[in-house]
Amino acid sequence: MNHTLPLLVGIPLGMAVLTLMLSKASARIADITAFLTTLVTAGIAFTLVGAPVSTYWMGGWFPPFGISLVFDGLTSIMLLIVNLVAFLAIIYSLSYMEKYTAKPKFYSLFLLMVAGMNGVVLSGDLFNLFVFLEIASIASYALVGFGVEHQELEASFKYLILGTFASTMVLLGIGITYSMTGSLNMADVANTLKGMPSTTSMAFAAGAFIMGFSLKSGLVPFHAWLPDAHPSAPAPISAMLSGVLIKALGVYAMARVMFNVLGAAPIYMDIMLALGALSMVVGGLLAVGQWDMKRMFAYSSISQVGYIVLALGLGTHLGMIAAIFHLLNHSIFKSLLFLSTGSIEHATGTKNLRKLGGLGQKMPVTATTTTIGALSISGVPPFNGFFSKLLIILACAQAGQWFLAALATAVSVVTLVYFLKAMRFSLFGELPKALKNIKEVPFPMAFSVITLAVICLGVGIAYLVAGPAFTEIFLQPAADALMDGIRNGSSSYINAVLGG
Amino acid sequence: MLSHTSLYILDMALMGMGVYALIAKRHIIKKIIGVVTMEYAINLFLILVGYRAGGIAPIEDAQISAADLAARAVDPLPQALVLTSIVIGLGTLALMASLAIKLYEKYKTFDMSEINRLRG
Repeated sequence: MNHTLPLLVGIPLGMAVLTLMLSKASARIADITAFLTTLVTAGIAFTLVGAPVSTYWMGGWFPPFGISLVFDGLTSIMLLIVNLVAFLAIIYSLSYMEKYTAKPKFYSLFLLMVAGMNGVVLSGDLFNLFVFLEIASIASYALVGFGVEHQELEASFKYLILGTFASTMVLLGIGITYSMTGSLNMADVANTLKGMPSTTSMAFAAGAFIMGFSLKSGLVPFHAWLPDAHPSAPAPISAMLSGVLIKALGVYAMARVMFNVLGAAPIYMDIMLALGALSMVVGGLLAVGQWDMKRMFAYSSISQVGYIVLALGLGTHLGMIAAIFHLLNHSIFKSLLFLSTGSIEHATGTKNLRKLGGLGQKMPVTATTTTIGALSISGVPPFNGFFSKLLIILACAQAGQWFLAALATAVSVVTLVYFLKAMRFSLFGELPKALKNIKEVPFPMAFSVITLAVICLGVGIAYLVAGPAFTEIFLQPAADALMDGIRNGSSSYINAVLGG
Repeated sequence: MLSHTSLYILDMALMGMGVYALIAKRHIIKKIIGVVTMEYAINLFLILVGYRAGGIAPIEDAQISAADLAARAVDPLPQALVLTSIVIGLGTLALMASLAIKLYEKYKTFDMSEINRLRG
């Protein structure tokens, strides 16, 4: 029993309620509680890096009864990125959210979302996964519409309708799985399914799961809501949604259910390959034509999540390492880019590339961090994005998928093109007359983006200098957890949870 | 008395109706009704999974032995799941309804095809 695991869900969940109550006394208290809560959860997530596989049984009900929380390598890396990005987004919000009313409500919803995501990645129970998925989703629907203007409301409604459809699909998959196996505990389900011949019902359940989680992660052709929802949200929320939410609720949940619960059948892997490749190409091509910075980055998220799912679908060890590495990197540089765009919007009042230009002279910090983010995501050495994209391309080649390797290389050139476009029209060129008096952003916002930029560069250099050690600590445990599903039918996972 | 299979088919038909309303209807409220219909079809599906024709309530009683109860009672777990699922559905419905009201305040219409400022 690892008693720290429920804290990661309990602390933000409890503080979400307390923040709202305490803010009645003074609005400043909400700033402090939100800051401290995310600081504590990020601290716990850091201490758990490299910890052995452990479990927690809620209320002392032992498996397969009761609700379980399971901590393994994959959970570890997800907890780290969720809580790290959440902490930096909260620091950013301290200044950025000043222009919105009802700041305590924002913090409350934010903490609920963090609690939901931590719950999703920790849950060892299918129905519990659905409940946490809904907690995080409902909080994010409300946060997307937080501005309560025309566009925010429209985006929020579209997101809500499609998100609810996705959740319903997941619940349908869970219902079918329960009817086939008589259990909801993931390890128990995996164990039961191993002894059963594959049936049409299970294939139907897998289809429902893939559809639901693809919608949550915004894969083409289920992406329609994403380019509306992510740009309409306030900048810290865009960073959270694109940086971690689509990964925790979409990619992580899909990987966990497909690899560790249903058993990685070749057909599911092929579907993941196809969805990944399609998203990678379509997302990238659509991003080139955008003039709204945040919308461009949202399409870019579709493309990059495509890379991750593609690498997962390869089903090789190198593919898993590459997918986990790109997932980690993407969460860092995409939140950096969205926060930097938020800074630009905060200073200039627009995110339209046609109305921007020459910001490099007036906003040196933001310009530098945007450049670092753009170079990282385009895969320029020595930034972190270069290494993970290289690994993905190598993994494709190693698996004999030469066409996909070429496609991944081509899309990385497309990525470079649209990020050059974004930089050319925002940071360089002539400063428009209307923007003569803009100022650099306040300290908390600058602190968040600088930290993320340093992590981008730091991860890249760490991998360059000490690649094997870095892989050993951060990537290997997560890749092992996934490979366990492919090679041994999840026997390590089952043993860890059910106590073999 | 309908057979178990036909109940499942009817349930899936209900779900199909929900999906149809969600996709084909342009009116916001009709879309919301579609979503709710779909959610309830899934709830009904979960109940059907645990259903047993002529089953008894899964309550322990002095007059019935444990083995007899296990053989005749309906499965209580899906009922607990559905209870949770209904509560979640209520939360979503409340959010959808309040968004619909706000959208009407801003756009003065319930027609989703006229609410289209976001594109590209």
